[in-house]
Amino acid sequence: MNPSIGKPIDRVDGRLKVTGAATYAAEFPIKDLVYGVSITSTITKGRVKNIDSRQALKVPGVIGIMTSENSMQLHFPAGSDPSNGKFAEKDLLPLQNDRVFYGGQHIAIIVAETFEQAEQAAALVKVTYDEQPATIGIEKNITTAYKPASGLGGGEAQIKRGDVETAMLSAAVKTEETYTTPVYHHNAMEPHATIAQWEGDKLTVYDATQSVMGVKGLLAATLGIPAEKVQVYALYIGGGFGSKGFTWANTLLAPMAAKQFNRPVKLVLSRQQVFSAAGRRTQTIQKITLGADQTGKLSAIKHATTSETSFVDEFVETAGLATSMLYSSPNLDVSHELVRLNRGTPCPARAPGEAPGTYALEVAMDELAHQLKMDPLQLRLINHADMEEQKKKQFSEKSLKECYERGAEAIGWKNRKAEPGTLKEGNYLVGYGMATATYPANRSASTAKATLFANGNAEILCGTQDIGTGTYTVMTQVAADGFSLSPDKVKVKLGNSSYPKGAQSGGSQVSASVGPPIRAAALGVISKLINLAISDTASPLHGYKEEDIAADNGRIHLVKNPDKGETYSQVMTRQGLDKLEAQAKTNVSTRQQGPPTPAPAGSPEAKAEEESKTNKAVQEDEKTDRKDFAFHSFGAQFVKVLVDPDLGMIRIDKIVGVMDIGTVMNLKTATNQIMGGMIFGIGMALMENTQYDPNNGRVVTRDLAQYLVPVHADIPEIEVQFINKPDTFISPIGARGIGEIGITGITAAIANAIYNATGKRVRDLPITPDKLIA
Amino acid sequence: MEPFKLIRVQDGQSAINATLTAGSKFIAGGTNMLDLMKLNIETPKQVIDINKLSLYQIEELPNGGIKIGALVKNSDLAYHPAIAKKYPVLSEALLSGASPQLRNMASVGGNLMQRTRCPYFYNADFVCNKRVPGSGCGAIAGYNRNNAILGTSAQCIATHPSDMCVAMAALGAIIHVQGVKGVKTIPFSEFHLLPGQTPHLEHNLRQGELITHVEIPPIAYAARSHYLKVRDRASYEFALTSAAVILDIQNGRILKSHIALGGIGTKPWRADLAEKVLNGAIANQQTYRAAAEAALSQAKGYKDNSFKIELAKRTLVRALTTTGGIS
Repeated sequence: MNPSIGKPIDRVDGRLKVTGAATYAAEFPIKDLVYGVSITSTITKGRVKNIDSRQALKVPGVIGIMTSENSMQLHFPAGSDPSNGKFAEKDLLPLQNDRVFYGGQHIAIIVAETFEQAEQAAALVKVTYDEQPATIGIEKNITTAYKPASGLGGGEAQIKRGDVETAMLSAAVKTEETYTTPVYHHNAMEPHATIAQWEGDKLTVYDATQSVMGVKGLLAATLGIPAEKVQVYALYIGGGFGSKGFTWANTLLAPMAAKQFNRPVKLVLSRQQVFSAAGRRTQTIQKITLGADQTGKLSAIKHATTSETSFVDEFVETAGLATSMLYSSPNLDVSHELVRLNRGTPCPARAPGEAPGTYALEVAMDELAHQLKMDPLQLRLINHADMEEQKKKQFSEKSLKECYERGAEAIGWKNRKAEPGTLKEGNYLVGYGMATATYPANRSASTAKATLFANGNAEILCGTQDIGTGTYTVMTQVAADGFSLSPDKVKVKLGNSSYPKGAQSGGSQVSASVGPPIRAAALGVISKLINLAISDTASPLHGYKEEDIAADNGRIHLVKNPDKGETYSQVMTRQGLDKLEAQAKTNVSTRQQGPPTPAPAGSPEAKAEEESKTNKAVQEDEKTDRKDFAFHSFGAQFVKVLVDPDLGMIRIDKIVGVMDIGTVMNLKTATNQIMGGMIFGIGMALMENTQYDPNNGRVVTRDLAQYLVPVHADIPEIEVQFINKPDTFISPIGARGIGEIGITGITAAIANAIYNATGKRVRDLPITPDKLIA
Repeated sequence: MEPFKLIRVQDGQSAINATLTAGSKFIAGGTNMLDLMKLNIETPKQVIDINKLSLYQIEELPNGGIKIGALVKNSDLAYHPAIAKKYPVLSEALLSGASPQLRNMASVGGNLMQRTRCPYFYNADFVCNKRVPGSGCGAIAGYNRNNAILGTSAQCIATHPSDMCVAMAALGAIIHVQGVKGVKTIPFSEFHLLPGQTPHLEHNLRQGELITHVEIPPIAYAARSHYLKVRDRASYEFALTSAAVILDIQNGRILKSHIALGGIGTKPWRADLAEKVLNGAIANQQTYRAAAEAALSQAKGYKDNSFKIELAKRTLVRALTTTGGIS
């Protein structure tokens, strides 16, 4: 039987989604459900003086209003394990006091029998404030910038090697420019949404989240209840892109209101509210200095990023992280600074750090190439990093040069003219641009449970979730191979916090993290089945050794004589078993230093860990020595662009992304992920940006009419290719993550193509018509 | 949204009678009205559904003009053979607006009545003289990249969003209205109002008046016409700048021109200053550029939208060049 991994099978949940049968967080039919509507602050800083709800409470159907005056007290989970959930704004647990730190902050929840009644009542609530002067605008407050102690997830934020200043003095060629990127919002189709239901002291929550396990941990800690009393479901998620990675106030407000009014409560943020109280990609100001010799060899790289965060938590957009490893340079200085503003807190957004960071670095590289009168592709090859120079480690697998080669061929790079503004098609100027894509490959400890049923079907349970990326489908393929069954016989169940703990859907880590334990658990079941047959005198395989027996398409048989064997069902039926189970936990983590943290005694994970000690697949996986390797995915992005120079109108003619992401698990979902990332990049390059009012600091462009994302007419022919070379060090499956790399590099490739077309170097995203005619 | 009473009427007179109830609003396609109601910007007590009225005809008149029922869908108008042939500028303008789904719902009368997309108007957290008279204008000192540069006042710089209206301004359409006192017509140039001191007053309809038809006068040479729209994305976005151009050219000379601009005015902007330059002049680049300079001579840029002055000129020059060629 051919392996299922690698086959471009259709999404297993595709039909459910297109027919509307898939249940998203806000869509669960709950008896006696009532509706919450959030009232948010209309000042940027200050205190809530009074909330007059007298008129609102007279609206028929209104049950009550929850404010900081009457809401329950929450506990901040100090020093908790971040894998148990991160609240996005640690100093702003909702409705705990009257302070306002930003416009659009939740200040009250009105609850009514219907959504319409709650909406009507919300509009009648009159709030008065003590308004205070707010801190508005990163540029105006640049003198308050400070260096954060650490970056995303406790990683490094200040990175140095060699002596940049000295190297710059002797550099034959130098470029120094500042690149700026605006605030971007994720704008997942599904807004943040929560349903909460209490049954006695047991809480059930349906949440739009990238981490059911994180929400479970966080709710237990903040509400002060035992984790086993919290049940979280996220069966289908309408996109997250990072915005649902941390937990936002809505996830707490729904159970708080449900408790207060003793009814199950649904709370869905409006599109406008998502723009204030549910994260964003922070604005960046990035100064990049490159020093090179006459041949283009880099001697020094300096990348200084200033971004903004809120007054209620710290989030660092680590734009310089990729710079520390992408090119070979003996001297490097990567730094990050933060300015606090009265805005909601930023959070990861598809390739946090790398997306804006590769924009700035890869445009800077293009500028250096132009100064050297060198093909920008050649400059990348000259400075190719053969090893991870900061950590001084080998890459587990790197085929970047092949990405460049194939991308250049596919776009027709040879047609590019070195001199900008010299190539024309009709009224349009034509330009070609390229850039390198990169994103770290992450993997974290995960657990899964496999069950084989007597009817020959199988099931996987894993406490991760599919945020729309195709996890259900790809893990069905992994499990099918582990069970040696066709994918249609395997049901993968995710998005349930009572399942064995799986990875958070963030950092492009799900496939690499939950794939191995799912595979190992399925293999574990088959191993148990084989051993049952061996010890069963009625089995044709009785008395053989396990290594002499293979599994294939629902049947076990002798390796040397495939005719001698029997089906899984035959073994189980004879044994009187209705099911056969195995659990597996893999403790491999690419981020955690030192030995893995053992699962808490008595937890489901501890049982899986115990069982994994005799699971060959887990043992082999964990035996792999990873400490000498750096894990990164790479890619090359190529763009052909047409520009109408008089009107500043830009048409992307073609984009090509060639990706080196290890094993391609499913060509369809993988292509879809990369294509989606590249389209995100088109938005980032050409139109997306969130504007804040310069006078009061509140979001002005807060719906999809004002915040433009690309439409079909903006999207050109997109060609996605994969190297498809397994990374045997990251896992036995060989796949690195794929969710984020597609957006890296593409923005720079577009900007570089526009420069090649027009000779105009726009260093401030997005590149809109006004900037090209200026 | 506030609760409201919905009534469905079968004829124009019933529709007009129904408006005697205070706080009444007509609804047709609802593509703008419903959004505004959800945001509590429009809070009608009674919504009068006029979709049952027999105003769906596109009639070619004996004089060569066309009479369009107020309920004709934007898409039906755009694809009507007579419009596409005799008034391509109108067809192109309609098809450059919104998305196919919206054009299938939106009516001609509703398009005339649609309100600005100025974010300060849409956002109740901010002041807006159009939404709450006398509260102030958030846009003038705020983020105003998409706001107007012509016809603005100290009270309001909101852009009129319509594409269709720009073509109709160029064509000199006539609005037919039925009211309590009978029927009347309003020339297009008098239908929309400049903001002045009263930005909340946007049109010349009185309470109880219903748009029944829009008449496009006969313009024999309007087959030579064009609508050009510049925007931040390729579809489904309002204009940064746009130009509707109709030219009567004979032997390289412009005998008569009709020019209107979009994306830049507080109302659909008939550029008569440009027409003065064009009429009688040779059809060439110098003429076109001079016309564009004249069209924008009164323009006033704000913090984020001064680029529109030059972009609007270039848009008009390109539209003129495409339509008129170069002699």
